Amino acid sequence: MISFLDFEKPIAELEARIAELRATASGSDLDIESEIGKLEKKSSGMLVATYAKLTPWQKTQVARHPQRPHFLDYIRLIFTDFVPLAGDRVYGEDEAIVGGLATLDGRKVVVIGHEKGHDTPSRIKHNFGSAKPEGYRKAIRLMELASKFGLPVVTLVDTAGAFPGIEAEERGQAEAIARSTEACLALEVPMVAAIVGEGGSGGAIAIAAANKVLMLEHAIYSVISPEGASSILWRTSDKAAEAATAMKVTAQDLLGLKVIDAVVPEPTGGAHRDPAATARALADALGHELDALGALSGPQLVRQREDRFLAIGSL
Amino acid sequence: MSWLDKVRNSLSNLSKRDTPDTLWMKCPSCGEMLYAKDFEANLSVCPKCEHHGRIGAKARFDQLLDAGYSVLPTPKVPENPLNFRDTKKYPDRLKAARAANPYPDALTNALGTIEGAKAVLGVQDFAFMGGSMGMAVGAAFVAGVEKAIAENCAYVICTAAGGARMQEGILSLMQMPKTTVATRRLAAAGLPYIVVLTDPTTGGVTASYAMLGDVQIAEPGALIGFAGQRVIQDTIREKLPDGFQRAEYLHAHGMVDMVVHRKDLKGTLAMLLGYLARKEVA
Ligand SMILES: [Zn+2]
Repeated sequence: MISFLDFEKPIAELEARIAELRATASGSDLDIESEIGKLEKKSSGMLVATYAKLTPWQKTQVARHPQRPHFLDYIRLIFTDFVPLAGDRVYGEDEAIVGGLATLDGRKVVVIGHEKGHDTPSRIKHNFGSAKPEGYRKAIRLMELASKFGLPVVTLVDTAGAFPGIEAEERGQAEAIARSTEACLALEVPMVAAIVGEGGSGGAIAIAAANKVLMLEHAIYSVISPEGASSILWRTSDKAAEAATAMKVTAQDLLGLKVIDAVVPEPTGGAHRDPAATARALADALGHELDALGALSGPQLVRQREDRFLAIGSL
Repeated sequence: MSWLDKVRNSLSNLSKRDTPDTLWMKCPSCGEMLYAKDFEANLSVCPKCEHHGRIGAKARFDQLLDAGYSVLPTPKVPENPLNFRDTKKYPDRLKAARAANPYPDALTNALGTIEGAKAVLGVQDFAFMGGSMGMAVGAAFVAGVEKAIAENCAYVICTAAGGARMQEGILSLMQMPKTTVATRRLAAAGLPYIVVLTDPTTGGVTASYAMLGDVQIAEPGALIGFAGQRVIQDTIREKLPDGFQRAEYLHAHGMVDMVVHRKDLKGTLAMLLGYLARKEVA
């Protein structure tokens, strides 16, 4: 059962009407199939039309949809032989970032990403995808492992941001993020990042300073959450929609700014309506980029990555 | 009082430089009334409580570099790439900041010597839009490092920033990897990178070049952290420990090498450069 977002209310009402009709029809010999068919066509038409012109704030809600596929869904759907690797060897195991060895359509890789969880226990276990320093230090460790054994790195970014807490600060959240970004830039193996949900600020870039950066069609990527920007710049909590538009957080905007390299299309109605198709499209896009980068030497990969980030926003 | 309010209050106390009606000022820490000229002559440190006031690039250059330094040009970058406006247009905010400050953006470099040791010194000025890191700051950082590499000398930066410049959206976030490319190149050239964390250094600046120094120095009492205190409090709903995110607290948690009083900063930098300067190849 898909949970509808606020802006999908007309579609939700239509779907409810269809379900009602079906229930009525099943107990009687009334022929309302053609009526149902008409309504279904209307409903899917509305879904297509709505998703063809989502506002940045609507996309923000889609990107955060509780049923949107997360890291472990992608692991299940497109990676095989996943060997999770745990711990930063310094302090602990932070399950807000999950990573390990995996195979993507025959390609051996190291895969790292934020996991938000899908219900209350798993959200708590994964701290809602907000990593602490040990999460970033684990990412660094896995990137270094990848470099050592010549394995490409794939990262899936999906976080509201790094965790803001006392212990995170005490253990060096800022330093961990800075070093993780540095570790991305140092990789002598191909690195492809995909923003699959929310790309939230420093907590995202720490594992997204890649050779190629992809973004799902309705994902968002931003320096601060629209709510945060609203409260700081507008000094009110109710300008999030305006802030989302002003900050240019959508994949389509970021492609224009050359912050990302390609947009991966989502099924009609968003990734959560067909996780398997979303995952397949993502796998194909990741594979395409990995194969192209495979032609470059280690130093060429470092250079390409450096030039990519030096060039963003240049005159 | 939230840290933001504190920032605002101390700004209003300390940033009205050189206007005749601010001959006297109140120390934002201990409340002592100070004669502004005396305060400046004391390196903008309160003689009563040792509170380290915020200072701009010009004062910092004068304090740390030997006479005869040259201020480097601030690189030009695209302005207002997002066509951003919140309650004001971003270009209007920039214009106001430029009218109130001596340099065109929040990070300015100078080439000079520190007790004879050659260095490029970058200074971030909190008075310029909260020192925030946008494309101009990123470009100035990269240019400062490139100059250091060209001159075969150290890069020293005094950081001060509330974080990323939100008016540049994602492009401000991209300055984190961009500046890190520069620190890696400086390291590859075997040249020292020294960070002086000044009040306040938070957000994306802390989570990139401000935490990557070969040696990390902090000024006494400086607020240094990743997340803002209000955000942390709203998230965990616990009282923050005394001195949380202050220089001394970071030192106790192993995040900085030393907390150095402003009067000792130049000597400390000179000493460090003496040890870390690249040996000439015979
Ligand atoms: Zn005082």
